[in-house]
This record gives sequence, structure tokens and C-alpha cells, in this order.
Amino acid sequence: MFWQVTLSLLSGLMTTFEIFLLTLVFALPLGLLLAFGSMSRFRPLRFLIQILVWIIRGTPLMLQLIVIFYGPGLWLDNNIWSGDESGRITAAVVAFTINYACYFSVIFRGGIEGVPAGQREAGQVLGMTKREIFFKVTLLQMIKRVVPPMSNEIITLVKDTSLARIIAAYELTYAGYSFMKSAGLTWPLFYTGVFYLLFVGILTLLFNFVEKKLDYFR
Amino acid sequence: MAVLEVKNLEKSFGGTIILKDVSFTMEEGDALAIIGSSGSGKTTLLRCLNFLETPDGGNISVKGETLFDASLPARDRERDLRTKRLHFGMVFQSFNLFPQYTALENVTLAEKLLAEKKPDFKQNKREILEGIEEHGRELLRQMGLEERMGHYPHQLSGGQQQRVAIARALALKPDILCFDEPTSALDPELTGEVLRVIRGLAEQKTTMIIVTHEMAFARDVADRIIFMDGGVIVEQGEARQVIDNPQMERTRQFLSRYTQG
Repeated sequence: MFWQVTLSLLSGLMTTFEIFLLTLVFALPLGLLLAFGSMSRFRPLRFLIQILVWIIRGTPLMLQLIVIFYGPGLWLDNNIWSGDESGRITAAVVAFTINYACYFSVIFRGGIEGVPAGQREAGQVLGMTKREIFFKVTLLQMIKRVVPPMSNEIITLVKDTSLARIIAAYELTYAGYSFMKSAGLTWPLFYTGVFYLLFVGILTLLFNFVEKKLDYFR
Repeated sequence: MAVLEVKNLEKSFGGTIILKDVSFTMEEGDALAIIGSSGSGKTTLLRCLNFLETPDGGNISVKGETLFDASLPARDRERDLRTKRLHFGMVFQSFNLFPQYTALENVTLAEKLLAEKKPDFKQNKREILEGIEEHGRELLRQMGLEERMGHYPHQLSGGQQQRVAIARALALKPDILCFDEPTSALDPELTGEVLRVIRGLAEQKTTMIIVTHEMAFARDVADRIIFMDGGVIVEQGEARQVIDNPQMERTRQFLSRYTQG
């Protein structure tokens, strides 16, 4: 029984991992885009992004999942998500991406604004182009500033994927929970905690490594 | 011919006038000190020369070439802005070294980036880069930093960081080297080593503009001094003349605070 549960949870972990990875792949660039937009000189754009970030940060992620998954069918009479497992996962990735991009954008903005203006000016008086200043001077300093708060968010994302259960995406927590109904077993649900711990443990080691790598300058 | 000619420079920020009708010239090999209380416009003047601020009026020319003319449309003024900037070097009050690069890399970065844009770079890549590195090492030796070339800025004292910044500004061989209060962020013990380096540059006839609060240093090292107050040049002349025998009442007032204190 133990191996059967473990295998089943591992397949749930794969879905968890899939949602996690796809969310990062889409939310990181989208977050950077939103960060640039929120610093734009064009006021309506800044205002629009402020409103978006307010709504996304101001409502529960679980509610956002429900709106994204059921909303189109409910209010637009057009269920855009396919009824099978892949449709649920896609909907989850979309909801997580929008949510995390908003949080990331605030962190990125802090990182960009945290690099002193003197760094850009020093590049300018040395005749460097805007591109050169961004890639050769500010980018690495920005990354260094952003790694600690980003590692926090990314670790939170690992555990937030469990919310996808609410739209019945078969991820790790759902996999553990399903044994309660099917076999009357409660321990598989608690057993999922070990998987989350290992997942986050590996990520923590990874972030420590990156932080160490960037430790050579201040 | 004057190496630098500044005519009727004007600058204001949101209705506050910072520079008003500022005009002066400089000869090749001269060291010019700009003195004045905080808010007198000295730093803004330097920032205008380095195109970190855009003047509202007036013009700037170096060696007879007009680099800035406020009467031209913005598009013409911004053409070749990067090459125009290279006539000036800038040393900042807060050093502004790039923290992720070593002392030597700080000095050579801009020169390498410029070299990459030249057509013959690909063929002679190795020799060109080696030449730039050697030039950088030579400059750091000149600043007394031969032992510190591989150090990162946070491993250096303030005085050493500022000397790296001076080497970095010299690396592109500017016509005019500008110093914006180069010792204001340093404690008195470290001020001396930076002033010694600037004095050495003056002895080698480096054309320099130094915004400073070190009156004794300005008197000894500069050839000419400009005293600014409220965005205008109140008095300018030969350095000792201005410090020892100021003609204007406002200059006397300003200097008396330094001699008393």
C-alpha cells in the first residue's frame, strides 16, 4: 500500500511541478514587463497596472482560480478550458501566472529602483549606450537585490500550487486527499508534506548557491 | 584658443533658477577651481558640462567645436551625444564605481566597449584588449594602486575607491577632467591621498575643473578660481588673487567663514 500511495503521490507531484515551472516561465518575464510599465512615463499605463496589482494582491488566489476556471463558462457562455485534466492545469497556470507576475513586478521594481542613479550616470559619462549600461552595469546589481525576496515568493508558489485542488487539478495535495475518499486513508494527505518539504529544500539549496555566487560584491 | 568656452549658460528646475548667465573660458593645461556655498549651482554646472543635465540656454564649445547649443532643436542637440560626452571626464563625490567589477575592470570597461565598436576589433582582438589592460594597469600604478588592481570596490578604502574613479575617468583621455567635490565623502585622513593625486595631475598640466570646499587646496593647486553664488559667477580670476584679495563683498563674506573656522 505504501508504494502504491507513494507512486500515486509522485504522479501528483509531477503535476505540481508542471504548474510550478510553467508559472515561473511565464510570470518572470510578465512580471518584468509589468515592472517596466509601472515605472513608465505614460500615466494611464501606470494607473492601469496599479489597479491590476491592487485587485490581484487584494483578493484571495483561490477566488482568482475559481474566476479564471469557471468565469468564462458562467458569464460568457463559452467555456474556453477543455474539460479534461489539461484544461484544468492550463487554467491553474494562467491564474498563478497573473497572480505571481503582479507580486514579481513589485519586487523587480524595487530591484531596479534600488540601483543608485549614480551607477547609470557613471556609465553615461563614460560614453556607454543605454543597452550597455543595462546589461553591463545595472542588471547584475538588480539581480543581487532581487534574489532574497524572489526566493521567498518562489517558495510560496510551491505550496500555493495546492490551491489548484479547488478546480480539481490532480496535483500533489489532491492526490493525497483522494485516498481519503477512495480507501478511507488519512495518512497519505499528511505524507504529501514530506514531498513539499523535499521540493522546497532543494530550492532553498539552489537559492543559497545563487546568493553565495553573488556574494563577491556589495 | 580656449579649450573650453561656456557662454550664457542657463538652467532652472521647476521654476527655481539654478544657473543664470554663466560664462567663462579655460585654457589648455589649466586647473580651474569652482568654489561657493551649497546650492550655488557649482555641481549643476559640472553636470551640464557632462550632459547629465540639459541646459535651458547658452552654449558649450570645446576646442572650437560647439558641443551644445540651446537654440538648436532637441534632435540636433542629442545627435552624437555619446561622443560629445567623451570630451569630458567626471569624478563623482560618491565615487560611483561599479561594485561587481575589480578596480582594473572598472578602469578598462568603457574603453573595451568602445574598442568593440571599431571595425578592426575582430582581427586584432587580442592585441587591442591587451593594450587596454596595460593602459589600465599603468593608470592604476600612477594612482599608487598597483597592489589593489584585483580588488573589488567594497574591499577598498574611500580614498582608494576615489583614486580608482580618477583612473577610470582618465582612461578615455578626456580633454577636460571634472571633479565634483572629490573629497567631500571622505574623512580627513583619506582626503590627503586624493588631493595629492589631483595635485600630481595638475603638475602634469591636466586640464581640470574642480568643484571643491578645500580652500587651501584650491589656492595652491588651481590656476584660476570661479566663485559662484545663487547661480551666478560673482568673481573669477587668478587663484591666489581671488582667495587672498577678493574684490567682491560676497566673496569676502564666504571666504571669511573658512579662515575663521
